[in-house]
Amino acid sequence: MSYRTVIGLEIHVQLMTKTKAFCPCQADVFELPPNTAICPVCTGQPGALPIVNSSMIDYAVKIALALNCDIHEYSRFDRKNYFYPDLPKGYQITQYFYPIATSGYLDIDVDDQTKRIRIRRLHIEEDAGKLVHEGDSITQAQYSFVDMNRCGIPLVEIVTEPDLSSPREARSFVEKLRTILRYLEVSTGDMEKGALRCDANISVVDETNNIQSNRVEVKNMNSFRFIEKALEYEQQRIIDSLRNGQNVEKETRGWDLSTKTTVSMRGKEEESDYRYFPEPDIPPVILSKDRIEQIRSSLVELPDQKIERFIQRYKIPRYDASVLAMNKEIADFYEACVKQTNKPKEVSNWIMTEMLREMKQLETEQINITPAHIFELFSLMEKGEISIKMAKDIFPEVFRTGRMPSEVLSERGMKQISDEKLIEQIIKRAMEQNPKAVEQYKSGKTNIVGYFVGQVMKETRGSANPQLVNEIVKRLLEG
Amino acid sequence: MREELELFEKMTVEDCLNSNREELIEQSLERIRSTDPLIKSFISVAEKVQINDGPYKGIPIAIKDNITTKGLKTTCASKILENYIAPYDATCVKRLKDYGFAIVGKTNMDEFAMGSSTERSAFFTTRNPWNIDCVPGGSSGGSAAAVASGQVIASLGSDTGGSVRQPASFCGVVGFKPTYGLVSRYGLIAFASSLDQVGPITKSVKDAALIMEIIAGKDPFDSTTVSRKVDFLSQIEEGVEKMKFAVPEEVYEYEQLDNEVAERFEEALKTAEKLGASVKRVRIPSMKYAVATYYVIAPAEASSNLARYDGVKYGLRIEETGLKGTYMKTRNVGFGEEVRRRIVLGTFTLSAAYYEAYFNKALKVRRILSSDVNQILDRFDAILTPTSPVPAFKIGSVSDPLTYYLMDIFTVPANLVGIPAISIPFGFARGMPVGLQIMGKRFDDGKVLRIARNFEKRSPYNDNGRIPLPVVRI
Repeated sequence: MSYRTVIGLEIHVQLMTKTKAFCPCQADVFELPPNTAICPVCTGQPGALPIVNSSMIDYAVKIALALNCDIHEYSRFDRKNYFYPDLPKGYQITQYFYPIATSGYLDIDVDDQTKRIRIRRLHIEEDAGKLVHEGDSITQAQYSFVDMNRCGIPLVEIVTEPDLSSPREARSFVEKLRTILRYLEVSTGDMEKGALRCDANISVVDETNNIQSNRVEVKNMNSFRFIEKALEYEQQRIIDSLRNGQNVEKETRGWDLSTKTTVSMRGKEEESDYRYFPEPDIPPVILSKDRIEQIRSSLVELPDQKIERFIQRYKIPRYDASVLAMNKEIADFYEACVKQTNKPKEVSNWIMTEMLREMKQLETEQINITPAHIFELFSLMEKGEISIKMAKDIFPEVFRTGRMPSEVLSERGMKQISDEKLIEQIIKRAMEQNPKAVEQYKSGKTNIVGYFVGQVMKETRGSANPQLVNEIVKRLLEG
Repeated sequence: MREELELFEKMTVEDCLNSNREELIEQSLERIRSTDPLIKSFISVAEKVQINDGPYKGIPIAIKDNITTKGLKTTCASKILENYIAPYDATCVKRLKDYGFAIVGKTNMDEFAMGSSTERSAFFTTRNPWNIDCVPGGSSGGSAAAVASGQVIASLGSDTGGSVRQPASFCGVVGFKPTYGLVSRYGLIAFASSLDQVGPITKSVKDAALIMEIIAGKDPFDSTTVSRKVDFLSQIEEGVEKMKFAVPEEVYEYEQLDNEVAERFEEALKTAEKLGASVKRVRIPSMKYAVATYYVIAPAEASSNLARYDGVKYGLRIEETGLKGTYMKTRNVGFGEEVRRRIVLGTFTLSAAYYEAYFNKALKVRRILSSDVNQILDRFDAILTPTSPVPAFKIGSVSDPLTYYLMDIFTVPANLVGIPAISIPFGFARGMPVGLQIMGKRFDDGKVLRIARNFEKRSPYNDNGRIPLPVVRI
């Protein structure tokens, strides 16, 4: 039997505008004490009215442009009505009837294949507040607290078409989206902090019997890994159910970290009627062609464009270019290093292996060194003052402390041995101790050179200049 | 003191400017103390009136209790906000204070402005100063009664479907509803946001123009306000010769039109001709759908605007088991019958299954009505109608909601279309005042006030251009 998975995503992106969507309160409320970034507007005081933050509109247009959407000159805000304590007005201001953008796409790479994922719509809305349950459990709490700091933080919601056909693809879509958001500097994209939230709709088609399962909505996937894990779990659950000749409930399920399963949150019968209608307090948003073009021309180079340019300009493999372009800071760092060293491939190797490994180990996304560090390291290697091995040895310390490679070297008393006499001595001693090897060489077994080089390295604990050693070994064996 | 008080009762803002203002606030408070047990205009009176500097320093005014005032309760005449004190002043209140006006108290109204008699106040019914057995109209009944009975020099009301004009008409004073977007709604507690507009209630047309010049204008806190030149007084004394007024045939076809109201209206049309203007009958076919359209749109917006009163953040909270229980109990006890009726109505018409059939259809009719009315106003300077088809009725005499709603027939079109409209006193019907309504083109507020001023000067019922005021015996 063959099964085909169908996944569509709904992604909420918190915009990092200075102020909130509809009031002058600051929008960066991370770790602020509860209810300290609030005002009559965002707490829904009677008589208060929303005012559109125009940089929020610009940010949304930037994202829409990056996702190749049609941007509408006319869009409008609507009210989504429902009761919840974290929603002080009793409605959320969103764009339902006339979203700011529709019909876009994003290309993702999975298993060396490029796949186009269509974007159905992109709209702007406001965030709700946060409930803090006494004792941290909603079921056992005697009471709950409402923190309204988050109320009114601007969000962009991106809805894809159901074009994703595996949990891997879903993950890679969100990863790529985050890269773009960071390039655009419109969102931190931190999933763990809720700045990027992803819900998925998943169903499975039993192609043998031509049956499509009900659609299940999966929430609470607050990391890239959990997106993949939760959807893998859910996919299997649906397939198992189809195998038993049963359909799954049309419902909303949440990823439960402790059991590594999805659990039912609410069923179909609890679906709400949000009674959408045009928000009378906000005039329609009219975007002139000029403004859209102005924003378009201010866009930075996007990851896909950067990858192509890197391949063209630096002649590095596509794989290298994609890894480097994944993070704008790294890509910028790479370019700066190449400018100084003029060694595109070597720098790319170094960053992709040595530097990214360090960053991963330190769990950091910050680069603590400058291109000057890399330049010095490369010069030392080129001049033969240190070996690659030595460079690799000291790099973690350079990266962690931000000190120059030469400083670390001299502190550790490390220097490459390029003293020909010394190297000759070591080789001669080795030849005396192992006449058989010399004979083998003479009888044509030239790869025995490696043995002698190894001996020198062993004696010098790797600090001999390998090129020089190679030359001398050959000369002495010939002689 | 007695003579002074009598004088105070009749004073306009203009009169105040030319007299000693030091005693005005005290006179107002004294007048409220003596007459309010009878009239009941006020929900709350300031314990200590805040004195503000400015050209109108010391002139006492009243504010409808759905407009926020920092430090003074703003209840919307509802149990759900019975003890609510807003943390900020409405923009219109702030502007009046900046010009020196003194706010002496907050006036009674139908709960959340839903009604046209103040009988729907959760606290008490205000009496009409012309006859205390009659309603003062509504929803700004307290504001109209306070001005008519000489408790304050002027007041602010809010008008969603006639709530400034109709009580002004019932109480024999001037009530003006500006063009939508001219006066900031920031701090006006929303009933139906696309229709609500703050307006003055005064003893003269000039006072209305004067207050409008202060409260009108772009407000950065209300994005539905527009930037317009605000200049109403300079042209107010100019004539209306050669102006063309339209009278909708639909006025005469309305069956419940009171005979005496119709007679006064005919006299008003004669006065128009005496003023050198011409009057012509026109048809506005969509006008007969105005009330139905209004009672779909207004409750729909209200159902959403009133969702915030949930017992979580402020106002009344009655705890019950579970979140839903608390919501339901709080809102059932906190809102009166009329408010609950409209919330249910609005919730119904906005629901996914009925949105097209009701709400969206109402939006379409609203557009048709706007286009019909605007076409008339392209050819005419103003449209004239009676403000209300009937004069003030007896308290408790109208109980059927539909009859009650239908009385809004002449006032709701101005709100649906967003145009300026004024009600000025023009004679009496069965001893109660009758109002003449003048509607103008969007942003023709100045012209509407000027036309009203001409009627005021020429009205046979006025004494030297001054409107008659009731004598409230204590």
